[in-house]
Amino acid sequence: MAQELTGTLKNIKDTGAITLGFRDSSIPFSYLDDNQKPVGFAMDICYKIVDAVTKELKLDKLEVKLNPVTSATRIPLMANGTIDLECGSTTNNAERQKQVAFTNTHFLTASRYVFKKSSGLKSIDDLKGKTVVSTAGTTNIKQLTEANVAKGLGANIIPAKDHAEAFLMVETDRAVAFVMDDILLASLVAGSKSPGDYEISKDAFSKPEPYGIMLRKDDAAFKKVVDAATAALYTSGEAQKIYDKWFTQKIPPKGLNLNTPISAELKNEFAKPLDSPNPDDYK
Amino acid sequence: MNYNWNWGIFFQPNPMGTGTYLDMLLSGLVLTLKTAALAWIIALITGSLVGVMRTLPSKGANWFGFAYVEFFRNMPLLVQLFLWFFVLPELLPKGAGTWLKQLPNAPFWTAAIGIGFFMSARVAVQLQAGIGSLPRGQKMAATALGLTTAQGYRYVLLPMAFRIILPPLTSEFLNTIKNTAVAITIGLLELTGQARSMQEFSFQVFEAFTAATILYLLVNAVVVTAMRFLERWVAIPGYITGK
Repeated sequence: MAQELTGTLKNIKDTGAITLGFRDSSIPFSYLDDNQKPVGFAMDICYKIVDAVTKELKLDKLEVKLNPVTSATRIPLMANGTIDLECGSTTNNAERQKQVAFTNTHFLTASRYVFKKSSGLKSIDDLKGKTVVSTAGTTNIKQLTEANVAKGLGANIIPAKDHAEAFLMVETDRAVAFVMDDILLASLVAGSKSPGDYEISKDAFSKPEPYGIMLRKDDAAFKKVVDAATAALYTSGEAQKIYDKWFTQKIPPKGLNLNTPISAELKNEFAKPLDSPNPDDYK
Repeated sequence: MNYNWNWGIFFQPNPMGTGTYLDMLLSGLVLTLKTAALAWIIALITGSLVGVMRTLPSKGANWFGFAYVEFFRNMPLLVQLFLWFFVLPELLPKGAGTWLKQLPNAPFWTAAIGIGFFMSARVAVQLQAGIGSLPRGQKMAATALGLTTAQGYRYVLLPMAFRIILPPLTSEFLNTIKNTAVAITIGLLELTGQARSMQEFSFQVFEAFTAATILYLLVNAVVVTAMRFLERWVAIPGYITGK
């Protein structure tokens, strides 16, 4: 070690522990399985980062602490040092980069809508004058609001507290469609009472947006280690294996299969890892 | 603490295209006030009726008042709103259920009425206690004067009881305002909901909730001051509530 350790790396070295923030129901990225243990695609990536940090700090053993976070608590817990990495499905965008940093993108998702097949919707234009739900505070509700104005849909947009509640609104016919990241819609449909009743639109409200694992801002040394670890993982064939494990095979607790093969954009990103918040950079 | 404070965030345009982040919070505040006002009116009217019923000589009225209060008092407000919004339409005949779901502004009406009923049980208990705290002679004197039961309540008991319970009613009004925050669970973007939205969009958690806290405190300070004036204005010298 030529230089003094600073920031997160120093904390990890001093305490001999790293803390991962996990989500309880962001299937298949980060959620609790039947043993109440956090598992998922983002968790697997985080454990790889932990290995790299252990190696970097030349430690024999690094204790991994797990701390549950919600969309509301992830920022304060990151700011006050409770968690070192947030392993979930947090969208990396320019606005949020003012507060936190993101490592290389681990998923790309576009904003689409889920609807009941019986309602016979075909395109975004079919939402004219209908009641549409989305989750408050998401980029999705923003895109929906913009499309509503731009296309003159005159749709009645209701905000929901969280994804589960928004999906319930479609399930109980309070809304005809729920606009959200397509992968989250896929997992909601797969986990619903009758998955066959629902369909996800071909039409998208946005270009694919990046999800990233979140870390503290202005901690260049730690970010360098984390970026190197994710880049090494994505460019090796191993990322594809981990991807398939969570997106094309049965996953706990109920043996659901999301049947979502890797997209061309994400394949490209894995070949050339990027941490950019700009959707245009992912072709 | 590794947090990027940005108090200027309130004057930056919000992503929803409805002006600045401050405008977003203020629109939430307006919705909070509307919901609280309607809920409080419902709570006062139904709560007073039920409270009176609990003190009437009639067994049936007593029993109804008791059942009403226990029903609305014993379930968390969050659960009640969820029941009215998501469960009730499923229990009704299909036509009526669909009509309920299609109502415009359903979250607002459900929240105002739901919170109104929840608070009415509390108002009822307060009023019953107020009436109960009056000397028994008051009721007898009213009867001796030839007043009917209704007139006795209207001219003797209620004017006294309401004056006695004004201070606890102030607390109940404040509770009504604070309870509107629960309405976010049924998709009403009131002040707390907008603060959460702002936090999700901008990741400026502490600024969003500091602003919401200050707005709630301001509103409640106004309510407390107004109620003080009302107490003074209706006070009768020589009674327990007068100076």
